[in-house]
Amino acid sequence: MFVLVVGGGKVGVSVTRTLLALNHEVVLVEQDRPRFEVLEEEFEHRAVYGDGTELFVLERAGISRPPDIVVAVTGDDEDNIVIGQLAREKYGVGKVIARINDPRNEPHFDLLGISPTVSATSMVLALIEHEVPQHELVHLLELRKENLEIVEVEIKKGSSAAGKRVEELRLPETTRLISVMREGKAEIAVGSTELQPGDQVLAILEPGGETELKRVLLDGKARA
Amino acid sequence: MKALIIGCGRVGSALSKRLLDAGWEVSVVDESEEALGRLGETWPGEFHVGHALEIGVLEEAGIAEADTCIAATDGDNTNIVVAQVAKQRYEVPHVAARILDPARAEFYSGKGFDVVSPTGTAIEALTESALGGERV
Repeated sequence: MFVLVVGGGKVGVSVTRTLLALNHEVVLVEQDRPRFEVLEEEFEHRAVYGDGTELFVLERAGISRPPDIVVAVTGDDEDNIVIGQLAREKYGVGKVIARINDPRNEPHFDLLGISPTVSATSMVLALIEHEVPQHELVHLLELRKENLEIVEVEIKKGSSAAGKRVEELRLPETTRLISVMREGKAEIAVGSTELQPGDQVLAILEPGGETELKRVLLDGKARA
Repeated sequence: MKALIIGCGRVGSALSKRLLDAGWEVSVVDESEEALGRLGETWPGEFHVGHALEIGVLEEAGIAEADTCIAATDGDNTNIVVAQVAKQRYEVPHVAARILDPARAEFYSGKGFDVVSPTGTAIEALTESALGGERV
């Protein structure tokens, strides 16, 4: 795989090192001269000096081939957006991953179609939320190695999911319902399973997804 | 008519004053408080301090009601993003961005907002001047 990384900060360098160790082809662009010289020592010809929002710099780094993935991880959100737009729309790069430095800028990335995005701040916040015990949701099991967890949620009268089939729920991609326990009897949750008040639902999800799961299952008249 | 000018440097401030003279309501946004000085001793229009990408600042400055929004900060990429936010999120009827880099200016032309490239203009004018000189 050929990956173009723009931004030689801690994130960009770690990504580059890891991908190189996995025998991928990587080019790393950095615009700060002293920083670039440090990177050149380590990455030699794979480090390219220049402003990664300048077309000729991107072209020198091989964007016209085009790369399989462009990773925009500079410290400036507007730069990451522009790199993403140029990569996708001008050079036909299939996949762009962009870093959001200030979470307040996330709507701009969404609006301009730059996704997936990675925001360290949002991730830390989601993990803090994960550590705070959540009302209405019980953590049953944490699969730390797999980075997954199993939780139990009880559907209430007036919950948004009450009366809905599982296939109608707009669950996040990283969440699945496992089973529904009703009147002491458990059944595997399938698309046609209809949720009812009093149901105890088991779900498997990535840590940090609790709020979204609660929103999909529980929000509604009961909490209004 | 209401204009929102983002960036109060030499270009943004002069443009703001001209639009005001033409009878427009003008609201200006700049990162620095000192930029207000460029608008003269007494500035009758609005002036907001904040970063161009902050939704709160843009809304306070009236982006939702603006007839035109001009992105004229010293950052090409800031102007590119602000212009698209103004056009796509707030549906401002007329939007323009200053983009110094001719290559990016070309790429973003025809994306729903006016692109003004002072560097591109200078290149054309100087080329014309040089070619004109050859004929003398």
